[in-house]
Amino acid sequence: MGILGWTYVFVGLTFALYIYVAWRSRVSDTKGFYVAGMGVPPVANGMATAADWMSAASFISMAGLISFLGYPGAYYLMGWTGGYVLLALLLAPYLRKFGKYTVPDFVGDRYYSNAARLVAAACTVFVSYTYVCGQMRGVGVVFSRFLEVDINTGVIIGMCIVFIYAALGGMKGITWTQVCQYCVLILAYLIPAIAISMKVTGIPIPQIGFGATIAAGHPDAGKYLLDTLNIIAKDLGFVQYTATFATVNTNMLNVLCITFALMVGTAGLPHVIIRFYTVPGVRQARASAGWALLFIAILYTTAPAVAAFARYNMVNTLNDKPYIERPQWYTNWQKPGLVAWVDKNGDGIIQYRPGAPFVGRPDFKIVDGKRTLGKYGQPLLNNKITTNKNELYVDRDIMVLASPEIGGLSAWVVGLVAAGGLAAALSTAAGLLLAVSSSISHDFYYRIINPQATEKQRVLVARIFIGLAIVLAGYFGIYPPAFVAQVVAFAFGLAASSIFPVILLGIFSKKATREGAICGMVAGILFTGIYIIQTKFMGVGNWFLGITPEGIGTIGMIINLVITMVVSSFTKEPPPEIQELVESVRIPRGSGEATDH
Amino acid sequence: MSKDRKEYWRKNLRIMAWLLAVWAFVSYGLGIILVNPLNHIHLGGFPLGFWFAQQGSIYVFVVLILVYCKLMRKLDREYDVDE
Repeated sequence: MGILGWTYVFVGLTFALYIYVAWRSRVSDTKGFYVAGMGVPPVANGMATAADWMSAASFISMAGLISFLGYPGAYYLMGWTGGYVLLALLLAPYLRKFGKYTVPDFVGDRYYSNAARLVAAACTVFVSYTYVCGQMRGVGVVFSRFLEVDINTGVIIGMCIVFIYAALGGMKGITWTQVCQYCVLILAYLIPAIAISMKVTGIPIPQIGFGATIAAGHPDAGKYLLDTLNIIAKDLGFVQYTATFATVNTNMLNVLCITFALMVGTAGLPHVIIRFYTVPGVRQARASAGWALLFIAILYTTAPAVAAFARYNMVNTLNDKPYIERPQWYTNWQKPGLVAWVDKNGDGIIQYRPGAPFVGRPDFKIVDGKRTLGKYGQPLLNNKITTNKNELYVDRDIMVLASPEIGGLSAWVVGLVAAGGLAAALSTAAGLLLAVSSSISHDFYYRIINPQATEKQRVLVARIFIGLAIVLAGYFGIYPPAFVAQVVAFAFGLAASSIFPVILLGIFSKKATREGAICGMVAGILFTGIYIIQTKFMGVGNWFLGITPEGIGTIGMIINLVITMVVSSFTKEPPPEIQELVESVRIPRGSGEATDH
Repeated sequence: MSKDRKEYWRKNLRIMAWLLAVWAFVSYGLGIILVNPLNHIHLGGFPLGFWFAQQGSIYVFVVLILVYCKLMRKLDREYDVDE
């Protein structure tokens, strides 16, 4: 069976599994729909959280990103994992003790204010939505690359699958499908990674092979892989792989701010936070944060190893080699335009150097539905050629997508990688959509508009909103707004500057008042939002201490904390029942009873 | 709040502060601020600072949460506030 056949087999089997699991865990009450009945064991919740968190971008793009960045890739690795320490120590156990359904639930109750609830709900919807659009697109991209269907058809298939299990089973259905999806995606990630590690270094554990010597039979055999990468980089004119702070305009403060904003942003993402409502108690909430980080760490410590192996392989198999001797994987991935070559000096040899070989993504010359080929059989391009010496275009996603072929694995592994990419995208999309729909149907509809709604009405409304949210997400997946990539900084910045600090103070300060929280949230959001708009869209320089938009959430968070505390000290302190609520969330005992309301 | 509860909360905060200090030291300290001097030391093929930044800090994070769970479990029992 060929690659395409195996891909259909794996994708078909995994989809059937997800739908079966969703059918088995269908629910009919709000507690089941929003928080999976609060009966999820910590290990399962850890897996579900890991799948929820690791998106198509983590699975497909992260290794490639690190591979091109070298050392600075660490900001993302540390930022996206360090946030779980904050979650475990500062938020998860207390929110679980509080024991309701959503993030705005806590904010609204703790700050005895529907205005605060509304601001939190709006932030939740915005943060989750900016994320989900990218996921739907990711589903389409995986479909189009592996199954040779149109991207839009892929998005629609993805929408239908997510709709079936999210609307049917709510959080319970999502949780158990996410557990399956984690298993699929981690296997799909590890198998090629282990194979490549074996091939390059002879060591089956990528995390160790990464720091080992290159195996016999390869160029530079016997030397350390990382040293070799540094030498290769130097020879070709790139920044050395392990060199620190090499990129322009990185000042130390900015680096610290970016890493911190990613950590705090991670801890403030509503779809991750609500996962900790689903476990039976406080102890399980702490434990499941640990499991979640362990399961995430398996992929996140493998990714930088894959990045290094893939870079070594890519340079050695392509650079300074005649185009006609290119490897098979090059030809395969040239088809969807993930690699391209332009023979600037007319010597028939691929030269890989720093800089973009041409402007934009490859736009192949097509005549009568066929690509026009050059002297060496290479497809010709319409793109404007740049003046540097680089002739090779490489999309960063290829580092993971082509890894089974580079590792010399058989066709079924490629099928598994496709299923893994889809699992990563679908699990994240489902978790985000649930966060969006529960904010609207629970916090907005039930808590503000119609508090008399019956259990049945509430579940129905939740189902309708999850359906609407999916349709809208699909629409943005098919017609992606040009600013999607830009707004990811927004999602993290807002989570860091609004949701995280307001929950933190809600737990750790009894004196934080309604007025303080609202002023703090508004100030944090406005500062962060305006700064990102100024620097990303209006061409204003990074005016605040040279901090880039990716790191500004750190400052927004500090502003939020300071303003909340200052305003709180001038306003009437919270009523006694609220102070009691704060005291009660600090004590684990009694989390079982607190669930009903 | 009773005296016991206050003490429980104070001890909880102390555990948290220590663990967060380690968290910040490993990631911001070893992985970013001290990365250049640390890179002169090698761990196999890894420059040490680079290793902390791309691998070590993540392992430390996992261990920190594990330690937190253990310590809090003990504290909960000691003050009879466990579930």
